[in-house]
Amino acid sequence: MALSEAAHAGAQTEQGGPSHKPVRLFKNISAKIASLPMVFTALVVFLGGTIWTVVYSFTDSGLLPRLRWDGLDQYERLWNSRKWLVSIENLAIYGVCSLIGTLVIGFTLAALLDRKVRGEGVLRTIFLYPFALSFIVTGLVWQWILNPQLGLQSVVRGMGWESFTFDPLNNSKIVMFGLLIAGLWQGTGLIMCIMLAGLRGIDEDIWKAARVDGIGTVKTYIRVIIPMMRPVFVTSLVLIASGIVKLYDLVVAQTSGGPGISSEVPAKYVMTAMFGGQNLGQGFAASTMMLVTVVIILVPWAILEFGGKKRG
Amino acid sequence: MANPGTLAPTAAVNAVNPDLDEPRGPKPRKALSRTNIMLYGTLIVVAMYYALPLYVMVVTSLKGMPEIQMGNIFAPPLEITFQPWVKAWAEACTGINCDGLSRGFWNSVRILIPSVIISVAVASVNGYALSMWKFKGSEVFFSILMIGAFIPYQIMLYPIVIMLREAGLYGSLTGLVLVHVAFGMPINTLLFRNYFASIPEELFKAARVDGAGFWSIFFRIMLPMSLPIFVVSLIIQVTGIWNDFLFGVTYISSPDRYPMTVQLNNIVNSVQGVKEYNVNMAATLLTGLVPLVIYFASGKLFVRGIAAGAVKG
Repeated sequence: MALSEAAHAGAQTEQGGPSHKPVRLFKNISAKIASLPMVFTALVVFLGGTIWTVVYSFTDSGLLPRLRWDGLDQYERLWNSRKWLVSIENLAIYGVCSLIGTLVIGFTLAALLDRKVRGEGVLRTIFLYPFALSFIVTGLVWQWILNPQLGLQSVVRGMGWESFTFDPLNNSKIVMFGLLIAGLWQGTGLIMCIMLAGLRGIDEDIWKAARVDGIGTVKTYIRVIIPMMRPVFVTSLVLIASGIVKLYDLVVAQTSGGPGISSEVPAKYVMTAMFGGQNLGQGFAASTMMLVTVVIILVPWAILEFGGKKRG
Repeated sequence: MANPGTLAPTAAVNAVNPDLDEPRGPKPRKALSRTNIMLYGTLIVVAMYYALPLYVMVVTSLKGMPEIQMGNIFAPPLEITFQPWVKAWAEACTGINCDGLSRGFWNSVRILIPSVIISVAVASVNGYALSMWKFKGSEVFFSILMIGAFIPYQIMLYPIVIMLREAGLYGSLTGLVLVHVAFGMPINTLLFRNYFASIPEELFKAARVDGAGFWSIFFRIMLPMSLPIFVVSLIIQVTGIWNDFLFGVTYISSPDRYPMTVQLNNIVNSVQGVKEYNVNMAATLLTGLVPLVIYFASGKLFVRGIAAGAVKG
């Protein structure tokens, strides 16, 4: 920060003459030219693209986008669509379970690894490798493991437990939990790493003080350590939440939204409407709803994190 | 092996509590204390759950179909065969093309190399400009860029289709490369910006006094001392772009040019024909191989990379 201001000041003294307007624009010109790709991406692609989609979500665009106003019709149709409602409900179930599951498992694993475990490096490598894989790979592997005829279920039955039934991918009631198993497998390693870094940042003296006061380990974690790690938890929360909203590839690979429409998610609804159903307006409205969801998650976080000093 | 995997996380959560009741302190003398057995037992069970899918992939891909139909998904192969690998690589069908996953592999390579080079180059220059040559509005652009990383990509997909179509690039590998460069920009720019901001101010000032400008400071001073951060950025981009599915399926119009992940999904989830699970798993493993090799080879740097790349979600 200080550095760049110095540079700024330096540039000013060098170039700042009595004339103003043109000099201001050409001051620091190399940096401005070099930043053009970033400016273009930020303004045109990200900001412009988002505004464009929101605007066109109020039109009756079908096969091609067109500016014929349709008011809130697309949204009305969206919220009357059973597929969308199922998508929202699925995302809520998956989201809550994934959020809690990832935080609990991630923190627990980090706490276990933080107890001066031998072979920590090996264990961490094993917990984290799923994160390197594509959601497509993850989805396909778990589709195979959860295969009812040849996978986990048949193995357990083969061991003598004949009535064992675990077939989430073909049971519309629990299909989201089949996705959850895969999602947790892939995502917990990252949160574990972040939590572990947080735990390593806690002063050894805290532990000594807790021990002197005779506070048990669990109690120390709950009462002292976790409150101290609030920023780490908030970061993890935001990461997990923004990942959940984007949930798409995993569903495509593992269940293709089935059985029926019972594992549809909003991101998939958008893709189907825009590129499969040639129903652009629906896609725009649905993706605008996704944006609204993210804004609801992000704004409180931004206010918490930046305390209003930076726009979120 | 009694409890194959899926129930392990709950077991882990339950097993933690008795373990944590013990006072924390220097490692107990006895190697076989109750605490240690619980601790290592839990960790080993959980580690097995995490390792299981990789194991299943490898084992299944080395079996013949009869053995898969008869046997246990977790059992090691009685007779090792590499036929599924050959078939997955060179013969598996998607639609009318039956030249295997190799096509997708080479498409992915052709997408990956320019995307990674351009996006790392652009992001490093961005980060450099943002940390040392701030101009009016640069922070605003940067904020918009970072917010863009959190917004669901779905909302920008269609406008980008229009932009690419206008530029005559829709459906081409070049178009997809540009998309990867744009969406890789937030996290990598952040990475470089933070790194360059930590470089001592004196260095920059001295170079300025000596008359060095924007580019000469970048190439002569900043580049040589920022090799580690380039490697981190490279890792983020290679794994991120290789694993991409959404952009590949959106911006590539012809199955001939699909990246590997999209082709893999089409091969495995195709409804035609008899399911060949061994070929499917060989194909899946082949697709996962590139990021896995990078992961196991890069070790600590990968952890740094994903900790930074995490916002990519």
